[in-house]
Amino acid sequence: MINGISINYYLLLSTVLFIIGAVGVMARRNSIIIFMCVELMLNAVNLLLVSFSTLHNDATGQVFVFFIMAVAAAEVAVGLAILSMIYRNLKTIDTDILSNLKH
Amino acid sequence: MLGYTITQWIFGILSFLAIMFALMVVFSRNPINSVLYLVLTFFCVAGHYLLMNAQFLAVVHIVVYSGAIMVLFLFVIMLMNLNENTEPQRTWLTKIIAGVAGGLLLVVLVGSLKGAEQLQLASYGASQIGLVKNLGKVLFSEFLFPFEIVSVLLLAALVGAIMIGKKEIK
Repeated sequence: MINGISINYYLLLSTVLFIIGAVGVMARRNSIIIFMCVELMLNAVNLLLVSFSTLHNDATGQVFVFFIMAVAAAEVAVGLAILSMIYRNLKTIDTDILSNLKH
Repeated sequence: MLGYTITQWIFGILSFLAIMFALMVVFSRNPINSVLYLVLTFFCVAGHYLLMNAQFLAVVHIVVYSGAIMVLFLFVIMLMNLNENTEPQRTWLTKIIAGVAGGLLLVVLVGSLKGAEQLQLASYGASQIGLVKNLGKVLFSEFLFPFEIVSVLLLAALVGAIMIGKKEIK
């Protein structure tokens, strides 16, 4: 029990949030929305790490979440720079048009 | 209150709001609305952190995600002038297939978690690890080297973003 709440509920909540993010990646065509859904999945995992860290009373999980946040910030900075450069050259960020690697 | 403690009520409400806002991120047609709903989702997650007494992470989460990353998303969307009319839509078939795939993944994961034993540990009131003082001690002793490496990573990302964003490299 964390705080009167079983760890299973946190597992369930993280799973649902992760799957909403995964469905968003599959169902949308706008690259920026896909990027945001990836952030959502990262957050679901972060939430689970913090809950297990609290459960076992071990700070390592929370330190890892701190590092994941730093890596996510770096990822977003580079990713959005790439997307804005793509938009400048092609005037679109539609994933169905950005399919040069497929042909 | 119906046999639930106040913490359980807060957990339930926060979880419901987080899931609703996350669904709105995926379903809203306007990208700006998606960003704003994602900010609300992040606030709900920060509430969960506070509920687990991870105060440092809750504050960092709000500052980094809602304050920095989502503002960056908003700026990029506004620079590209994206709105409902320019929003590309998948066909209904693809959307349904994506929903079914997600649903199946949910069934598999929930099914595998269902057998897990209910982990019961000592009560949470004693958990002080999320406070700045205790987390800082761990971060600057055990994890000092990764902490320094992260600063190099952020510097590399900064330089990389500027190099990619430049119009032409002379």
